[in-house]
Amino acid sequence: MPARVDRHLMPKQDPQERIRNFDEVALGYSPDTAVEEAKRCIGCPKRPCVAGCPVEVDIPSFVKLIAEGRFVEAARKVKEKNSLPAICGRVCPQETQCEQRCTLGKKGKPVAIGALERFAADYERTSSEGAKNDPKVAARVSAGRVAVVGSGPAGLTCAADLARMGYKVVLFESLHSTGGVLRYGIPEFRLPKAIVDEEVNYVKSLGVEIRANTLVGKTVTLDELFRDGFDAVFLGTGAGLPHFLGIPGENLNGVYSANEFLTRSNLMKAYLFPEYDTPIWVGKRVAVVGAGNVAMDAARTALRLGAEKVTIVYRRSRAEMPARLEEIENAEEEGVELMLLTNPIRVLGDERGWVRGMECIRMELGEPDESGRRRPVPVQGSEFVIDIDTMISAVGTDPNPLLVRSVPGLKIGRHGNVIVNEETGETSVPGVFAGGDIVTGSATVIAAMGAGKIAARGIDEYIRAKRERSG
Amino acid sequence: MHRIIKKEELAPRIKLFVVEAPEIASHARPGHFFVLRLHDRGERIPLTIADSDPGAGTITMVFQEVGKSTYELGTLEEGESILDLVGPLGTPREIRRLDTVVCVAGGVGVAPIYPEAKAFHELGTRVISLVGAQTKDMLIFKDRMEAVSDEVHYATDDGSFGYHGFVTGLLHDLLAGGLRPDEVVAIGPLPMMRAACKVTAEFGVKTVVSLNAIMVDGTGMCGSCRVTVDGKTMFSCVEGPAFDGHKVDFGELMARQTRFLTEEKLAMERYKAHVEGCKCRRE
Repeated sequence: MPARVDRHLMPKQDPQERIRNFDEVALGYSPDTAVEEAKRCIGCPKRPCVAGCPVEVDIPSFVKLIAEGRFVEAARKVKEKNSLPAICGRVCPQETQCEQRCTLGKKGKPVAIGALERFAADYERTSSEGAKNDPKVAARVSAGRVAVVGSGPAGLTCAADLARMGYKVVLFESLHSTGGVLRYGIPEFRLPKAIVDEEVNYVKSLGVEIRANTLVGKTVTLDELFRDGFDAVFLGTGAGLPHFLGIPGENLNGVYSANEFLTRSNLMKAYLFPEYDTPIWVGKRVAVVGAGNVAMDAARTALRLGAEKVTIVYRRSRAEMPARLEEIENAEEEGVELMLLTNPIRVLGDERGWVRGMECIRMELGEPDESGRRRPVPVQGSEFVIDIDTMISAVGTDPNPLLVRSVPGLKIGRHGNVIVNEETGETSVPGVFAGGDIVTGSATVIAAMGAGKIAARGIDEYIRAKRERSG
Repeated sequence: MHRIIKKEELAPRIKLFVVEAPEIASHARPGHFFVLRLHDRGERIPLTIADSDPGAGTITMVFQEVGKSTYELGTLEEGESILDLVGPLGTPREIRRLDTVVCVAGGVGVAPIYPEAKAFHELGTRVISLVGAQTKDMLIFKDRMEAVSDEVHYATDDGSFGYHGFVTGLLHDLLAGGLRPDEVVAIGPLPMMRAACKVTAEFGVKTVVSLNAIMVDGTGMCGSCRVTVDGKTMFSCVEGPAFDGHKVDFGELMARQTRFLTEEKLAMERYKAHVEGCKCRRE
């Protein structure tokens, strides 16, 4: 029996180098490394990894194909279930999903499923054998017409799955460019936009029509869509409405929501200003409030835009930070500092209305709260001021109310989220389905994709049932 | 792509375009705005819809050339196209029949006030319009405003036409003379809207302003356009752009509007150097 091989690390750009550019940080496996890593899979009969994947990718089969050097076939195997493999290979929290359940992980390190998925997708995309069109697209019988609202991960997945089932799908996007949070939220150094373009093109190649610059609810209403002959509508408009902390001074100049900061940089390419027309301003000392992936993205973007000192300010401890471990490590390697158990209570401004500091209070952890995490409690009298000139608020988002408010009868939850039947994605309005962050509040790309997949099945059943009733 | 059907120079550096945008035209109501993007490298620019013709599938926009993007927009000619338009955005104005409305417009603010004046007028409301500009040549939309107003009064800063002084001086005179409109609508530069609100507050007259906060997406996603109204943070792209002027924190908004001045200046200088340097109209 050969000696056990350790999990292969993915090569990365050197931290000192990468904080001066927006190029991708993780560089991907070489074919040889991918084969070696894939060979670590023991092909265990219970296949626990598959159950850990929200979109049910046949992981052992695609890993085996890589081990055999059949890279394009591996990519096609992934695409049977997942239309966005190069994206998922980069941004999925594999460590809490497929890889967490990997049998190898019980005694050592799990197979690097995410890195292998990324490898297969990249290989297919860039090699000459990877002919673009998926050979297994169903013959286009007109099963019906579906409008999908929002071209983020939920919408793209729902649209792709419906197209494969033979539906005519029109995907509506309010921005000028597709991808939703994949485009405006996730920076180039973590997810190159060329890859988003390629995977969106793949979804288009399945027959999905995309209409950008169309804000459903305003440019065209849901009623009009149904009147125009759409049989069902899927709402995948995400959670785009940024929270603020609600503390004094938040409207000072130099305070951004992470959404604004990242949208300027990612969607509008303000990091290339003045080659691109959208400006962005970042000072020398930046505080990012919050500790999720979005906070890490904002902090790392600020560094690349020239900030000298970037501090993550978080009210709980390191153990509770919601960001992926890999992203926290990347940020720390690049020099982002963590200020834990600290909560901002006031933003201080100068006489011209610009940020000059942030008053914070120390926190300690008390009893667990509803989320199961220990509740942060302020330490009386521990207030202090940090000198900053830029603050980025990355404390979460709510579902964007714009479309939701325009639909009469749509059942909405406490946080403005749309209530659905979890088995089918159906909302309280007949023919209207929803999934992704608009249902769950901000979550992961892959969770949104899983919801898109469930809704595609729900929509298919709904339309078939309707057709049967009307004979 | 949205073709420019008509281009008109209304005044030096103030231009009007009629642009093909059938979906926006058929849904536009007074108070709505849209966001445009000139080309692949362009920023997203919000502009109020000055008029719309659902039959022809066109909307009318009016803009003043103040920075790089608006200068560049102004170089487009009839038959050329704007890459992206999205809209209509914002909460439209609720317009009901009232006895009397006073529309106070400063500079290019007359373009967004026109559809509101028109809507009020069509419902039989008495519309008194006060239109101000720096100088006579900068007074625009005269015929249009006269067609939808019962009275129009003009003001110029230099006294070259109408009342000599700010349009808010005219407003003050009217209210001091005893006129009590149901509502004042004030649209123009921030200092003018603030001054108008100060005048109307004195006489206890409800005043609606339309805010042109800096925004990116225009759909409530970025929060760039946030403004404090009645002590609460509002997103002017979604909850506005119209607000009760007496509740708006103008001081904060005026500071916020200066956020990118340095960058805007740089972009403008660079653009000028480019245009003058190679003599080409644009890329």
